[in-house]
Amino acid sequence: MPIDLEKMTIKDAREGLVAREFSATELAEAYLAAASEKDPEIHAYVEVFDDVKAQAKKADELIAEKKDDAPALAGIPIAMKDNILLKGRLASAGSKMLENYRAPYDSGVTVKLRDAGAVFLGRTNMDEFAMGSSTESSVYGATKNPHDVKRVPGGSSGGSAAAVASGTALAALGSDTGGSIRQPASFCGVVGLKPSYGAVSRSGLMAMASSLDQIGPFTKTVEDAEILFQALRGHDPLDSTSLPETRLQEKKEGKDRYTIGVPEKFLEQGVENDVLENFRENLKKLEQAGHTVREVSLPHIAYALSTYYIIMPAEVSSNLARYDGVKFGLSFDGADLSGMYKKTRAEGFGPEVRRRIMLGTYVLSAGYYDAFYTKALMVRKKITEDFENAFQNVDVIATPTTPSPAFLLGEKSGDPLAMYAQDIFTVPANIAGLPALSLPCGFVEREGKNLPLGLHLTAPFLREDVLFSVGKEF
Amino acid sequence: MNIKEIEKLAELSKIDLSEEEKQSLLKEIDSILSYVSDVQKVAGEKTVPIPGPHFNILREDSDPYPPEMFTKAILENAPHTKDGFVKVKKIL
Repeated sequence: MPIDLEKMTIKDAREGLVAREFSATELAEAYLAAASEKDPEIHAYVEVFDDVKAQAKKADELIAEKKDDAPALAGIPIAMKDNILLKGRLASAGSKMLENYRAPYDSGVTVKLRDAGAVFLGRTNMDEFAMGSSTESSVYGATKNPHDVKRVPGGSSGGSAAAVASGTALAALGSDTGGSIRQPASFCGVVGLKPSYGAVSRSGLMAMASSLDQIGPFTKTVEDAEILFQALRGHDPLDSTSLPETRLQEKKEGKDRYTIGVPEKFLEQGVENDVLENFRENLKKLEQAGHTVREVSLPHIAYALSTYYIIMPAEVSSNLARYDGVKFGLSFDGADLSGMYKKTRAEGFGPEVRRRIMLGTYVLSAGYYDAFYTKALMVRKKITEDFENAFQNVDVIATPTTPSPAFLLGEKSGDPLAMYAQDIFTVPANIAGLPALSLPCGFVEREGKNLPLGLHLTAPFLREDVLFSVGKEF
Repeated sequence: MNIKEIEKLAELSKIDLSEEEKQSLLKEIDSILSYVSDVQKVAGEKTVPIPGPHFNILREDSDPYPPEMFTKAILENAPHTKDGFVKVKKIL
């Protein structure tokens, strides 16, 4: 069987590898060749590893020995976002602060993937410390959208999305704090999943906002996203917010047809006309497939973005205090200890990171804590309850993933609020800890180019199975 | 907000800022705060939600790792070290 990277899925690759139609080495070589041909233009990778063939050779030995019983991802080439640790390799989070940081241990998901036989292709570009929606703020420069290189791939996991979309990785991992997997998946025309909070280990993921962060997969198909999710999920004693196995293993009753809720009022939030039109057509398609579509009320969801832009920077300001020039990373000398901190953090962090640290410090400072942080926690509770109430009547909630298709490079980089508005449909799932999926659902034309759109589905806590069922037949 | 408040935040955040950046941050943080302040309208008067039942997720404080098991790996990333320790500037 010839290796067709354009169409290759994890499922196809598994079949081809086990049937010995091609070897893991041949598959890895095909991706390395694709990366060296396409990536100079797209810039999805900040590093392609130099030992990919050696990893693939090990996978070939494993497949030769175990055949059908080889672990699920034996020989599957996967790219990793640059904020997920692989022992002994550089991990920079797209920041000057960590340009030369070498991971002293493996992340929880790295261990899972390695045990499942995966081949790590390289690390992918991202907005600095995962703060952004365009992958323009990386110290390594911007990643381009494979559908139109004048446009952004979305962010912050833009490199992972662009790698899968341009066929330079079979699948990739990203992290999602407010939409950083789903929004780039939408912009690049691939599938992106943010799992339920606590379903996948965050150990060895550089913390941005710990109550919101989750790791998840980018794939070409929903079926592949399910395969990767199954490989990634599980309790990890090294992540204190990781759910116990008993909770993760609870039996779920699936349905044949589902009721899909649409928060009509929420859709009035600045969605471009043809994007909304596409969304309506997709709802019809779901109805034609036998699902029921009905309106659902989420009274506080319009406040999700405000809530997010208080809680997230608060946690950012606390989490990023560790970058002080003492224990690891960049270090600049100063007149005294405080001077050294200030100089190091001024040189090491880019403008958006500094802005969020300052903002977070403000909302947590005495005098403003109650007016901002406490209030945001209260609204967070209300939003979570809105979802719980809505899921009494519907199985899954649908919106567009983003209000517009991919925007132009530089278009929003000078306007933080315009960039933040990108997250309007994706942040609620992080606020409430729910699983959510973006899947490709058509195209709109901008300046002569067809740009992909995403359909965004949110399910009740730990009901990834509902997302996969609805998504697979879409 | 005013420039004094920005300077205080920079001090608390331990970040040196140029005069130009102080000005742009003043504008940006002001507009972000005015955007997010709408949470105050809907939060209601109730106090912060109390977390649900909680349990200890930390390991028992026993069976420590042997000394120096991770020292080398960790110190390899430290910018300044001396005799197996992280070296910091004089504090007092």
